[in-house]
Amino acid sequence: MSLQPERPDGVIHDIGYRPYGGRRLGEGAVAWSLFVVGTRHAYGLGRSARSKVLPFLLLGAMLLPAAIIVGVVVQADLETQPLDYSTYQLTTLLLISVFVASQAPTLFSRDVRYRTLTLYFARPIRRVTFVLIRFASLATAVFILIFLPLLLLYVGGLLADMPIGRETGDFLRGVVGAVVLALVLAAFSAVIAATTVRRGLAIAAIIVALVLSYTVVSSFQGIAAGTGNPGIAQVAGAFSPYTLVNGFQAWAFDVPWAGPPMPIGAGVGVGYLAVACAVVLGSIGLLMWRYRRLAAV
Amino acid sequence: MITTLELTKTYPRVTALDRLSVSVASGITGLVGANGAGKSTLIKILLGLLPPNGGSASVLGFNIANQGSEIRARVGYMPEHDCLPPDVSASELVVHMARMSGLPLASARERAADVLRHVGLYEERYRPIGGYSTGMRQRVKLAQALVHDPLLVFLDEPTNGLDPQARDEMLDLIRRIGSEFGIAVLVTSHLLGELERISDYVIILDSGRLLRASSTAEFLVRTGVLHVEVQGPPEANDMEVRDRLGHALHQAGLYVWPDGRGVAVRFNDESVFDLIRDTTVDLGLGLVRLEQGHHRIEDVFREEVAGHVPPA
Repeated sequence: MSLQPERPDGVIHDIGYRPYGGRRLGEGAVAWSLFVVGTRHAYGLGRSARSKVLPFLLLGAMLLPAAIIVGVVVQADLETQPLDYSTYQLTTLLLISVFVASQAPTLFSRDVRYRTLTLYFARPIRRVTFVLIRFASLATAVFILIFLPLLLLYVGGLLADMPIGRETGDFLRGVVGAVVLALVLAAFSAVIAATTVRRGLAIAAIIVALVLSYTVVSSFQGIAAGTGNPGIAQVAGAFSPYTLVNGFQAWAFDVPWAGPPMPIGAGVGVGYLAVACAVVLGSIGLLMWRYRRLAAV
Repeated sequence: MITTLELTKTYPRVTALDRLSVSVASGITGLVGANGAGKSTLIKILLGLLPPNGGSASVLGFNIANQGSEIRARVGYMPEHDCLPPDVSASELVVHMARMSGLPLASARERAADVLRHVGLYEERYRPIGGYSTGMRQRVKLAQALVHDPLLVFLDEPTNGLDPQARDEMLDLIRRIGSEFGIAVLVTSHLLGELERISDYVIILDSGRLLRASSTAEFLVRTGVLHVEVQGPPEANDMEVRDRLGHALHQAGLYVWPDGRGVAVRFNDESVFDLIRDTTVDLGLGLVRLEQGHHRIEDVFREEVAGHVPPA
């Protein structure tokens, strides 16, 4: 509730127009402000009450398993985490996918649908900055969703007196994975969201693309690995954001595989990283192209 | 404020602006033209959002070709189309837009509150825009164009979709922006009567070409004709009364011709007023109307657009 100063009997005291003679901040400050508002909007903050329901429900659902694990770890005084940090994002991938699908349109098709883009482009901010900041907001919102449960697990681990050095290392490796996954998911979903002004269509397309690609790729990997073709299984891993990031983590940090365990060479690991970079850069390139066309409308 | 030189914009099928050279001074300038005359295109080019195909233009002394961001920092823009997200409040949106123009948070909040009050949005500004009427939305669009205290605002069809009362309020507001707020205004409308009321200067575009640009006063020059209407006794025939007056004025040495229910009199000097008054009294009639004739922008527009033959 905002408190408003009382106006006796509805009398409006018109003190006239006052020109603004104060400071005007540069592009950096404008970009930061856009970033903060965009990230808040992804969680429905500063928007209508209804917009907050889904993001916070999903955040709650993301934290619930971690809270249960922490309870178990502390109660049973376990020596190691029952679930690896890197595995958490695979276990909850459905929740993450729904979040990404529902919030990518908030940042990438809402402005187009309601033509608010005109108001931004009639201001000093450059188109390139605008697109990069929107992308950063989405990636940050997704990162927060993945990161908070990891933080909870980490705190739980410390409470259960697990070795601090080992836990911190594992946790930080999990955080790096979360960063990469957030970037790849944001890239993947932003492009789909930016192609349509219909929110429902964008949501459905993103969920289907994320969940279906994971299901298909992981089944394919299972079959390929089972029939003695780990090479094919590794290549297939690049076709879903979740298996891609998992493959990268398995190579870089030696974390457990999502699917059947496979030997992984430096070439494959670097390949995964290269694909992740290409997805992010390619997506930003496509977004730039799309917004260049929108700016002229 | 604005100068364009041979400004040209062509699309694959149409020429939106055709070597347009025009200049806009401070005060309120009305930009008139039929739909598709190039008004919105001109505004977008002046904001640096659309590149022209030829010619040049400067806004507030900045070149549109390479100083677009300097222009956009100092100019406000109210688009013709709806551009408001429904799920945020007017207050949130206007504060956000102030920050997008570089105002620090505290100033942005203060300015947003001020400007929303000026445009006439009070408690409702904390409610999501989705529930607003067209009139309220237009006010929010105007508020976001003014929040960063621009030197110049472009208002594209600000009275679109408003009922008569809201329209009058919007026109009053625009007049205040030009006079009291001291912000130069370039306002488009296809309703010429509206622009007559508020603008100091009028630019008429037709198919992307400049048809005419002059001060509103020049458009509204007096025609040198007085319109006179009188009323006789209740039982008298209106037309007979009119003719009696006409004859009497003719006898008094004036050039007179019938004009609807009254007569028109050629007007050369002030003594004509006294002569008409005295003649009416002598005839025992009541003087109902005595008014100097004015041109209207609409007349100019109709004559000149009708007279214009598009080049083959």
